[in-house]
Amino acid sequence: MKYIDEYRDPETARVLLGEIEALAADQPQRKLMEVCGGHTHAIYRHGIESLLPDSIELVHGPGCPVCVIPMGRVDDAIAVARADGVTLCCFGDMLRVPGGDSTLQEAKAGGADVRIVYSPLDALALAEREPDREVVFLAVGFETTAPSTAATVLAARDRGVRNFSVFCNHVTIVPPLKAILDSPGLDLDGFLGPGHVSTVIGTDPFRFVPAQYGRPLVVAGFEPVDVLQGVSMLLRQLGGGRCEVENQYRRAVGGGGNRRGLELMREAFVLRPHFEWRGLGFIAQSALALAPGLADWDAEIRFDVPGLRVADPKACQCGEVLKGALRPWECKVFGTACTPESPIGTCMVSSEGACAAYYNYGRYSPRARIPVSAS
Amino acid sequence: MCVGIPARVVELGPAGSHSAIVDVEGVRREVNTVMVDDDGLAAGEWVLLHVGFALTKIDEAEAAETLAFMRQLGSVYDEEIEAVGIELP
Ligand code: SF4
Repeated sequence: MKYIDEYRDPETARVLLGEIEALAADQPQRKLMEVCGGHTHAIYRHGIESLLPDSIELVHGPGCPVCVIPMGRVDDAIAVARADGVTLCCFGDMLRVPGGDSTLQEAKAGGADVRIVYSPLDALALAEREPDREVVFLAVGFETTAPSTAATVLAARDRGVRNFSVFCNHVTIVPPLKAILDSPGLDLDGFLGPGHVSTVIGTDPFRFVPAQYGRPLVVAGFEPVDVLQGVSMLLRQLGGGRCEVENQYRRAVGGGGNRRGLELMREAFVLRPHFEWRGLGFIAQSALALAPGLADWDAEIRFDVPGLRVADPKACQCGEVLKGALRPWECKVFGTACTPESPIGTCMVSSEGACAAYYNYGRYSPRARIPVSAS
Repeated sequence: MCVGIPARVVELGPAGSHSAIVDVEGVRREVNTVMVDDDGLAAGEWVLLHVGFALTKIDEAEAAETLAFMRQLGSVYDEEIEAVGIELP
């Protein structure tokens, strides 16, 4: 228990670990998926895995929005960025995401006007300040981020800003979760649900997990103690034969979510019939497009995007990692050909991606075997 | 990019503007408050901030704890603070 003393509240963590050990002792091997990249990061940063009993395995889910962007969409963004007069604004995480043959960072080095923004509102402000540029905001993210894009594009419409548009890649959390639950050979016993997504959508949308798939789900916050408490709540349900949605993160999450945020999303977006997820393939109704009434602010309509499907590189096993079927270090190129400095797959790009989290902190975990070249 | 970071409300914008000035670890910036305005926001209160929008109100003790935790998170925290400070390009 070397690292537990680093916890803000080591005493609570010790109590929870004791609870988890007692609960695990009466149960078979359990495999629990943490859905969200924020959890993955916290778990490796704090060595949580190595503190848990051997019979409890945490596997990483698809909840990092940067990791799930397929290469074809990156190519589309690059094509837009290279169009005449365009300034493409994106979050810093997106710069190094590999497309079919280059990244936005390389496009920028090659002369495309690509700029990092903190908020979609900053991209809109830029459009208002520079009316001669066509400013495109590259929108990515789950429901945590989507209301912000919605509010921004609606503001552009209301203020009549015509040189602003959104290249929309927002995705929703429930369909990939369904896809994972539907995949053959599923051997997950329960889920830690995403805390910050749930501040927007609430906990109700996760009810199908116990109802249709017979697996418990506990929405949890991001601190080590939150994760431990979430694990303990899952084991309690599993041990007691219960199967429900529970909320560990009450201090920020309510059942019904954020009313205003959901309204903004309903006004600005429609569901796409299907959307490709990196490594997971096409998933029906899993992503958002701008509503038809906002076509004038839709970069996919206003610019020529190639819209080509690009197969993931052969060496890349991100899909298996995103489904929890493969641990990051089991990928053949992990830490050798694929590193945070030169990522082959997306899971190595964002610090919330499972591979990057393992690479940066995995050495705390005795279960991770990091190649010598990686340390 | 998916994490929210605690921010203290310094000053509310004009009524109906859905805006406020917040302080994040000494960095000040204007943020959008449309998602929390229904809950009544006052100067001195804390919110969870994500890409320039206040996602939800949090209490002061919770904010202090979350910040203390995030400081240990290393890269995720640094990236977030750095991002908050990005000037208009
Ligand atoms: S090591 Fe690289 S290629 Fe392999 S799964 Fe991780 S990110 Fe993908």
